[in-house]
This record gives sequence, C-alpha cells and structure tokens, in this order.
Amino acid sequence: MRYVRFLLPLGLFIGLVFFLAAGLKLDPKEVPSPLIDKASPTFSLTRLEDANKTIRKEDLLGRVWMLNVWASWCVACRQEHPLLLEFSRRKLLPIYGLNYKDERIAGLKWLSNFGNPYDSSLFDQDGRVGIDWGVYGVPETFIMDKQGVVRFKHIGPLTPEVIRTRIEPLVRQLNV
Amino acid sequence: MFKLAFTLCLVLLTIFAHAEEARPASEDPALEARMLSITSELRCLVCQNQTIADSHAGLAIDLREQVRSMLKNGQSNAQILDYMTARYGDFILYRPPLKNSTFVLWIGPLVLLLTGFGVLIFVLRRRSRMPAENFDPEETDFTEDSHSSTRSS
Repeated sequence: MRYVRFLLPLGLFIGLVFFLAAGLKLDPKEVPSPLIDKASPTFSLTRLEDANKTIRKEDLLGRVWMLNVWASWCVACRQEHPLLLEFSRRKLLPIYGLNYKDERIAGLKWLSNFGNPYDSSLFDQDGRVGIDWGVYGVPETFIMDKQGVVRFKHIGPLTPEVIRTRIEPLVRQLNV
Repeated sequence: MFKLAFTLCLVLLTIFAHAEEARPASEDPALEARMLSITSELRCLVCQNQTIADSHAGLAIDLREQVRSMLKNGQSNAQILDYMTARYGDFILYRPPLKNSTFVLWIGPLVLLLTGFGVLIFVLRRRSRMPAENFDPEETDFTEDSHSSTRSS
C-alpha cells in the first residue's frame, strides 16, 4: 500500500510521456486521404502541352499509373523534381502530372527549364479537379491500380525512402 | 500664403474622396451568410488552425467559391459537408461525427471529468472519517524551505 502512493503517479507519468512521445511523431499535416481504396475521381482536362487534346479518367484505365500534382509556383515541387526525373527514367509506370492552379506558359517553361518527367500533364487551371482529388498541399502523389482505384497517396515532396519502401513494392504488386 | 493655398487644395481634394461601406463578396447576403455558417465548420487544411471562412489561403478561397456555387444549385448543408468529407476526410470537420475511430475523442474528456470527480469524492470521504487532530496546522519550521511544509496528510 505504501508503494502504491508512489507507483501510481509514476505509472501515470510514464503513460503520459508515452502519449506525448507518440504525439510528437504524428504529423498533423499528413491527413489520411478518404480516397484510398476508392475509385479515383473523374476528370477531363486538356493537356498542358496541347490545349486541343483532353485526357479523361477512362483513357488511363487498365494501367497502373502515377499522378503527381505540381505547379510552377510550388517551391517544394522543385525540391522533389530531380528525384522524380530519375524515377521516370526507370519507366516503372506512366507518370502523369496535374498542373495545379498554374498558367500554361509558366508551367511549360518550368518543364523546359527543369526537365519533364511526365508522360503528359493535365492542365487544371482553376483547381477544380484538384479539389476533387482532395489536394491541399502541392506536391502530392497518387498511385492508381488498373481498375482506376486510388491505392496510395503521398503528401509533400517524394523522398528516396518513400519510393523505395512504398511505391516500388506497390507498383510491383499491382502489376502482377 | 503658400501654406494656406496648399491647405485649401487639400481640403478641396476631399470632395473627390468618398467612402463606401465594404460590399459583401456576393450579391446575395443571405447566401453569403449561409456560406459563412457552413465554412466556419470546416478546417482549412493548408493553415490548420483556421476555418475555411477565416482563411486567406488559395484553397480556402476556392472552397468558399465551391460552397457558394453548390448553395446556388440548391444543395443542402448536409450535401455540402458530405462533398467536403468525401474529398478531405473527417479531418476537415471541426465537429467530427461520433464513430469508432473518434470515440475516445468524444468520450475521453467526459471520462477524465468523471474520474476527477471520483477521486475528489474518494479523498473527501476519507478525510471526513479522519480524526480532527490530523488537521491541526503543521508546526512551520522557518529555517526550512517553506515549500516542504505544504504536505498535510
């Protein structure tokens, strides 16, 4: 009974420390996407490089593909860009860009300056398609399976770890 | 003389200056009020401690516009909140719905409060059964640090 007086507060304290430590590791910016394992939103947008050609969701069914949301005004996109370029050279899957709330000329100039990792970029000038995809922090990266279901979402710049530990295994698994 | 002319000029200039009340962003004040009441329930995901009604972030402006156009199309508040959670998840709601994953969030504070009351009642009851001499004031030893004399049981 004597010890309980000391052990109880100590136990409570240790419990609190664990809760707070776990809380420090959680990133409040990483909001779980409700789109995961749901059919991807429909879209029909013109290509950034050709205003007369549209790409619709249906055009990409039957393939595992990546959607990377970017903009010429987005600083973190530039940070992620070399990695994405390198990843695109490995041709693991088609990569489509979603040029989010940008100007066509600025977007094209950005790609010619820094390199173009995308098979094509969809031009979402007013950001409506971005809203449908729940975009709130550019860059964002999604991976869709052959049925057009969203299987993965990453918010913020891609890192070598994310590509190696999450994206590569997932693409391999989906392409089986 | 110059000063007087200058002042006169300034005074005359005020004829051209006229103030107006700030116009509401939409022609329809009722719609604007409904829009604000809905968006003040929604968290801005770019700047997470602001509501979408308050925020100046680009996304918040777009979402306010989206709510406006949905209201114009005659959609209900519930439909608009569904639209938002389908895209951004429950996290966008400042009052998330009660379900398994949010159970602790809703019930937790109540449990803590009841536990506190429980402890309080337990302590008070135990004290009421103690003999009166337990509550005699402690003899304070002024040579010691005064903080050490605050324990009473």
